[in-house]
Amino acid sequence: MRSLLDWIDHRTGIRSLTREALFENIPGGSRWRYVWGSTLTFTIFVQFITGIFLWMGYSASSGDAWESVNYIQNEMAGGWLLRGIHHWMAQLMPVLLLLHLMQVVVDGAYKAPREVNYWFGVLLLLLVLALSLTGYLLPWDQKGFWATKVATNLITLVPFVGPELQQLVIGGTEYGHHTLTRFFALHAGVLPGLLVLLIVGHIYLFRRHGITPAEPVTKRDAYFWPDQVFKDVVACLAVTVAVLAVVLWSHGAHLGSPADPSEPYSAARPDWYFLFLFQFLKLPFFAGEKEVWGAIYIPGMAVALICLMPFIGRWKLGHVFNVGVIFVFLGGAGALTYLAKQEDVDGPNSATYLKGVLADTRDAQRVTALARGRGIESTALSLLKDDPKTQGARLFAQHCASCHRYDGHDGLAVELAKAESHDDLAKRTGVSSRFLSGDAVHPDWLARKTGTQDEWQPVKSVLKAKAEGPFDVIASVSPPEKPSAPDLNGFATRQWIRDLLDPDQYLSARYFGGTAHGEGAMYKKFLNRKVRKYDAEEKAMLELVVFALSAEAKLLSQAEDDKADADKIKQGIDHLIDDIGCVDCHAFGEPDPDADGPDLTGYGSRQWIIDFVKNPEHEKFYPDNNDRMPAFGVKKILTDKEVGLIADWLRGDYFEPVR
Amino acid sequence: MENPEENQVEPSDSSVGESVGQAEGPRDPSEPGTPEPAGERRGFIKFLCAFIGTLISAVPFGAGVWSYLDPLAKRNKGGGGGDGFVRVASLDAIPADGTPAKFSIVADKVDAWNRFSNVSIGAVYLRLVDGMPSALHTVCPHLGCFVDYRPGKKDFFCPCHNSNFKLDGSIVEGVSPRAMDGLRIEVRNKTEVWVKFQNFQPGHSHKVPVS
Repeated sequence: MRSLLDWIDHRTGIRSLTREALFENIPGGSRWRYVWGSTLTFTIFVQFITGIFLWMGYSASSGDAWESVNYIQNEMAGGWLLRGIHHWMAQLMPVLLLLHLMQVVVDGAYKAPREVNYWFGVLLLLLVLALSLTGYLLPWDQKGFWATKVATNLITLVPFVGPELQQLVIGGTEYGHHTLTRFFALHAGVLPGLLVLLIVGHIYLFRRHGITPAEPVTKRDAYFWPDQVFKDVVACLAVTVAVLAVVLWSHGAHLGSPADPSEPYSAARPDWYFLFLFQFLKLPFFAGEKEVWGAIYIPGMAVALICLMPFIGRWKLGHVFNVGVIFVFLGGAGALTYLAKQEDVDGPNSATYLKGVLADTRDAQRVTALARGRGIESTALSLLKDDPKTQGARLFAQHCASCHRYDGHDGLAVELAKAESHDDLAKRTGVSSRFLSGDAVHPDWLARKTGTQDEWQPVKSVLKAKAEGPFDVIASVSPPEKPSAPDLNGFATRQWIRDLLDPDQYLSARYFGGTAHGEGAMYKKFLNRKVRKYDAEEKAMLELVVFALSAEAKLLSQAEDDKADADKIKQGIDHLIDDIGCVDCHAFGEPDPDADGPDLTGYGSRQWIIDFVKNPEHEKFYPDNNDRMPAFGVKKILTDKEVGLIADWLRGDYFEPVR
Repeated sequence: MENPEENQVEPSDSSVGESVGQAEGPRDPSEPGTPEPAGERRGFIKFLCAFIGTLISAVPFGAGVWSYLDPLAKRNKGGGGGDGFVRVASLDAIPADGTPAKFSIVADKVDAWNRFSNVSIGAVYLRLVDGMPSALHTVCPHLGCFVDYRPGKKDFFCPCHNSNFKLDGSIVEGVSPRAMDGLRIEVRNKTEVWVKFQNFQPGHSHKVPVS
């Protein structure tokens, strides 16, 4: 073994190299405060290793980036761990960098003869920030897309060449394939290459000039090996354990829904260590054309001031000034970061922000489930665009919710966990819980007592009323107008039809109370005049009619019940025609030109809903007494595909993963 | 200075250094048979080395930078018809009460090596003013975030840097350098709303189309 080592050493000189690396003298001996440089080198090592393995699973194109990252995160064995380590280590790096910088400035390690090494360090800091910025876009999710758009739009403010520079950075005038290929080349090639060069230079210069001992030096000198190395590896172990704990707790790293230039994302924020710059640009001083000062000139001057510290430090009070500057910068950045977070969770527009976070989370979960359950034929975004559960709700919110409701909201609400009691609700609404969690309840959102049919109320008013819970809570701001058409949640289900045929419910806001039909024959001649006086036997017949009518819809959710109740449904059809007399006003089974009300044949079925939405004034429905409902198809307000998506969504006819 | 680690130091093999020192080096130019080159010629060789070195290094960089500058040579290949107008919605789809509604711009899109048909390339807010439609770009002219419509306050609000705008797009307050970008709009065949969809450079007080 020894002869082998001798041979290698003869050819390479490895022994003297190792000696040089390990037996560096440390004035005053090893210290815990010297560990930051080594931990940073370690984190960069981890990022290189995890980054290269991520590279093996990543595809940099606008049709593949999200899809490949989703595959890494949710399908690949150990992918979540790999991605989680890369993501969370990147979150830790700015903290370690700042600690390192603070230490260098406070200890005066930037002074002669170490100026060049100090500048290398500043450049390394900027490189790591550039790596973070470029890495943020690579998953191609809504968060990365919109946040990076802001960052790249800032480039247009660069004097003289701004727009051209931006085109070069994003690879064209619009975000697309080449934005990703260019960002990826920077993130995985150019920047790491520069990083390695600078680190080699940084460590070489560090060794050339030696460590700057922290005063006072009370202990004896020692070599780097093994005392300081031991402290360094313990610190690296602490870093690893901390990062692994967060990775396990969060099961990897967040992945939002796929980037979509036509859908808003109200929570577009940079990573937390850029929040101070983000908040800085909100200052009124930088309004209008002065923005370039906040975005480029002042940050540029701050970096220049940091670079000039070695020269400033030569003056009598220069070092004190430098230390003061660093603390002012850090204090200012810290305050701005806090303000940015605070504004998001407790500012006047915090509901918008939190709703953006939740809507994105909902879409991300949905598209991940679709990708897993159905596979991605073209892109993940097209899965979402063709998904009735996603698009039906959006279309309903845009075109229907000004009159209709869906379970009391506009169809886009995000269901949150229950609040078990009034106190629980108050706690979940509190600023501190919102600060920590994106899904914490906002006071503007809605709550109602569990198990009731009460209208949703803003959480604020529930808290004020001090009514005891448990409560269902949803993230949906109360629509400004009162409902003036039926609530379509559960449309054509047995319960929905049962309640429809209850005279009081029919007249409530949940059904036709807000429409002209409240005054129509259905209520006056049938529900009020007959149903109110039904005896037990007639009520039993009406219940069978409910079964029969609901079976017309052929709802997936009721398929088993319909099959089991085939006899009752058959009886119900007889009652519908003969005893209850629905066909006096409605067509059933065959066209009836004299019918006043909607045709009940296939009531609630996909085709029935599509025909109705496309033209409610068709002779099958309300040829003479349609109340405000636009003919969405005839007037080309909605395409056939869009009407189909709404119908499928209302009927719950969409893919659901097997639990 | 006392070396606290001296007991742990592995002594080096002195013979190694010697053997390396015995390696054959360049010949001594003062030896017979090695004429000293003229100073002028030597200078020229140095110049040639630098020149050739720079030249051959420039080859890969030159090829790379040339292709990197490609986007500056390309014009924007946006979607829509030849005149840049895209059919967005039916006139009846816009709320009659003047409330703005968001519509996706669905058009063909060229993205480098792909051509996509009928994909969302952006969105606009349409609203009726005295029965006539008007269109605003949904992107904030400040830094390009997606501007929200707030039904409760009946205004537009950018959730990034808190600029807010009236329904006609003019600034109420905030850091935006200009009003929301209006887009040219035409009603064709009596009911079809067509919009000339284009993007504008953010951050400036005047509209500069991105081309």
